[in-house]
Amino acid sequence: MPSAGFKPSRRTPLARSSVHIAALIAASLAFACAASADELASYKIVGDGIPEPLTGSPGDGVRGRALVLARTTTCILCHSGPFPETRFQGDLAPDLTGAGNRSTTSQLRLRLVDASRFNPETIMPSFYRMGGLVRVGRNFAGKPILSAAEIEDIVAFLATLRD
Amino acid sequence: MIFWRAIAAATLFATTPALLAGEIPPDARRSGYAFMGPDTQAMQDDDTINPGMLFVLDGEALWGRKSGSANKACADCHGDARSSMKGVAARYPAFDKASGRPVTLDQRINLCRANHQQATPLPYESRDLLALSAFVAHQSRGVAITAGDDPQLKPFIEQGRDLFMQREGQLNLACTNCHDDNFNKRLAGAPITQGQPTGYPLYRLEWQTLGSLERRLRSCMSGVRAQAYDYGSPELVALELYLMSRARGLPMETPAVRP
Repeated sequence: MPSAGFKPSRRTPLARSSVHIAALIAASLAFACAASADELASYKIVGDGIPEPLTGSPGDGVRGRALVLARTTTCILCHSGPFPETRFQGDLAPDLTGAGNRSTTSQLRLRLVDASRFNPETIMPSFYRMGGLVRVGRNFAGKPILSAAEIEDIVAFLATLRD
Repeated sequence: MIFWRAIAAATLFATTPALLAGEIPPDARRSGYAFMGPDTQAMQDDDTINPGMLFVLDGEALWGRKSGSANKACADCHGDARSSMKGVAARYPAFDKASGRPVTLDQRINLCRANHQQATPLPYESRDLLALSAFVAHQSRGVAITAGDDPQLKPFIEQGRDLFMQREGQLNLACTNCHDDNFNKRLAGAPITQGQPTGYPLYRLEWQTLGSLERRLRSCMSGVRAQAYDYGSPELVALELYLMSRARGLPMETPAVRP
């Protein structure tokens, strides 16, 4: 099994709303270290998505497009999409063309934050999560793959990908 | 129809008990050679342009050169490597009685240096160690891999398999996610191989030099943003052993060339 040794850190049913535990810790520490990068912003899952922006305001789709194409965000390593300027695209994951038709912004946001909620065996990383990981490299420990603002920018861009 | 298919599937499953779900069956195993372009294949095939052959020639010179306070050369004990080393690399990593653990070919070379030549160990990825191991492994070119057949290695192969299946790093990916489940697909435009270690040490065009399997494993670990294991660590040796046993039957290619 590809999932041998893989234990999803959370198994909350999608139908139930839940509040991220780390967010509560973050909130309790907010006074002590207001701008700490070591804590995740709080978010609330409703149904199969996160309806409210992680940053409290919508992202910038132009910045989001640049982020999707930057190899450091890892999107383009696995996904392809309507990006004629780059030939270095992956085919491990669905083409992003029409992503805005297939999913609501609320669903896109949850997919980026923690795709394992949809499928515990997915190879898509949880871009806004820190717990339940093994041997994280020194340079990457204690931070999510993407910041809340980066996720909002990417969500804003993906929502524009409509057929 | 479905009934007969189920029977056939059950029979197939019953005849391959050693194979776990998700693992690649023997007749579907393919070297990284099969995944690369004709230009790179031609570079590997022609010894006069294969850059790995320069290391093999260096290794041949080192094989005959006296070293250490014992003032002995490899050849003084092992004679002509063409016969004495034929097939050896296809059985490595091998069980070392003294330590009760598997050792890699690089580690065996350094054990020989310490015990028989009274020489200092060669550092991992140093030109001399790569050259010697390339020269020794080259004597097995074309020989089918049988590493891991020694029953004493069983627990170490299992440790290696567990590590191969273990998700790790900030990207939370296991080796198996790409190299068992998604070979033939493309990661950022480059083909994903099965990760069969048939040609190490090998010349990687990206590195512009020869490198070991451990170097390759460490670079995959960095790729998933995991803390890479140290050279020679029990984990890397176990992974190397599992990968070699997983490539059972494929012919050795040292020195291979890869993109």
